[in-house]
Amino acid sequence: MKPGRFTYHSPRSLDEALAALQVYGDDAKVLAGGQSLMPMLNFRLARFEHLVDVNRLGAEYAEPTFGDTRITIPLLVRQRRVERSEEAARLLPVLTEALAQVAHPQIRNRGTICGSLAHADPAAELPSVLSVLDATFTIASSRGVREVPAEEFFLFHLTTSLEPDELLLQVSVPRPPVNQFSSFREFATRRGDFALAGVAAVCEVDAAGVVTTCRVAAAGVAPTPHRLTDVEALVTGASLNEDLWPDVEAAARAQVDPTGDIHASAEYRSRLTGVLVKRALADIRGKLEASRA
Amino acid sequence: MRDHATEFPTRTQDETHTVGCTVNGREYEAVVDPRMTLADFLREKLRLTGTHLGCEHGVCGACTVIVDGAATRSCLMLAVQADGAQVETVEGLAEDGELSPLQCAFKRNHALQCGFCTPGFLMSVTAALREESVTTEEQAREVLSGNICRCTGYTGLVKSVLEASAGKEGNA
Ligand SMILES: Cc1cc2nc3c(=O)[nH]c(=O)nc-3n(C[C@H](O)[C@H](O)[C@H](O)COP(=O)(O)OP(=O)(O)OC[C@H]3O[C@@H](n4cnc5c(N)ncnc54)[C@H](O)[C@@H]3O)c2cc1C
Ligand code: FES
Ligand code: FES
Repeated sequence: MKPGRFTYHSPRSLDEALAALQVYGDDAKVLAGGQSLMPMLNFRLARFEHLVDVNRLGAEYAEPTFGDTRITIPLLVRQRRVERSEEAARLLPVLTEALAQVAHPQIRNRGTICGSLAHADPAAELPSVLSVLDATFTIASSRGVREVPAEEFFLFHLTTSLEPDELLLQVSVPRPPVNQFSSFREFATRRGDFALAGVAAVCEVDAAGVVTTCRVAAAGVAPTPHRLTDVEALVTGASLNEDLWPDVEAAARAQVDPTGDIHASAEYRSRLTGVLVKRALADIRGKLEASRA
Repeated sequence: MRDHATEFPTRTQDETHTVGCTVNGREYEAVVDPRMTLADFLREKLRLTGTHLGCEHGVCGACTVIVDGAATRSCLMLAVQADGAQVETVEGLAEDGELSPLQCAFKRNHALQCGFCTPGFLMSVTAALREESVTTEEQAREVLSGNICRCTGYTGLVKSVLEASAGKEGNA
């Protein structure tokens, strides 16, 4: 099918984009990579009077920056750009690993990282990844700029704290310390499909091999990225080894309450979450050992 | 920040837009409705009907073209967004009637049956092989995974990707 009629705005600066959103607010929708919005428009699942295309805001919004203290991903950074960045792979392996499993290269060539976050599909990989990376979401409107953490950004299924006149200007994460290790694991029935469940994990480990900080979030099992705080509590203060796995797996399963659908039952999804947590932590242990070999 | 309500520019509110882009090395210009997709623009305005439309929601890959060097779903891009872009479609692969090495590999290996999916596969793989060579079957399957064929299966496609990447030529 084809989209319904809309008025098309192609602002050439951030100011102009925010102005369009201020004026058309409720009747307008931001168009970024279009990889979620265009299918909805084509199918007439959604219809908006105004589309504000942010693709021509300027090249400075299309490149990630790897600063001394923070790594920043502005709104026009395509998923594929970060997927193929060596610096990202070295500093944020959890992001690189997750990106390779978001749809297909043809989709990632246009889809933006901020667009996936703003879309907030509960099954999407990136919201849980940015949650465990302790991301800050920078939100701009003609009223000003505000910053929120992941817990305040993701509110519900396809719902964020973005107001109709607001843009997700960038997402940024602290530059990870050298003792940080991370991993993303998911299971999907076909390559590129949305996952039945996915797990993002980040650990900081001291010289003795004891985990000092642990953040774990699951995708696809709740309306928003689901922090597995019981798993985090078990892992913090422990060493990553096999003795830990049964408790970790049980804790993960107990802390999710997914819904079943045609693709997988609720029971299957919670078991899967336990298995994926184990795999992600085992992968982190492997990376830790490799770094000390 | 400033209050923009009174000074908002009107130039973007035209009903139609002029799109100028280069397709397979040739320049085109046309006036389009903003809601026209790049796929329909290629097919209906430029009569380049090699680009096929299957699902129109990004899943099947039949509409894949190369925009500014990147394989892209033309059903998920608006024609207005291609203003100023370099677009490559399946019509541009053969040079002077000579099939490209990848097209030859498809022919040799019977990588198509009805041919509906073929333009999309060719464009996806053409872009992928420019990025890096494909030496394993697993890599080939990864490169092919964003396109769906409903006829002939993927064995011939996998073989074609590997052969084209290895530089094997010829029609037979
Ligand atoms: C076949 C297919 C398979 C897919 N598989 C997966 C998958 O496995 N995993 C996955 O995570 N995703 C998947 N996707 C979705 C894809 O990742 C999208 O690219 C992404 O969700 C949206 O990013 P976008 O830049 O394309 O945003 P758009 O589609 O342009 O926008 C999506 C929504 O976010 C809003 N928005 C976008 N950017 C901003 C911004 N900066 N500020 C405010 N609002 C904004 C838009 O208004 C819209 O509501 C798939 C898509 C397709 C077509
Ligand atoms: S028609 Fe575009 S992906 Fe199917
Ligand atoms: S050859 Fe018929 S769909 Fe692929």
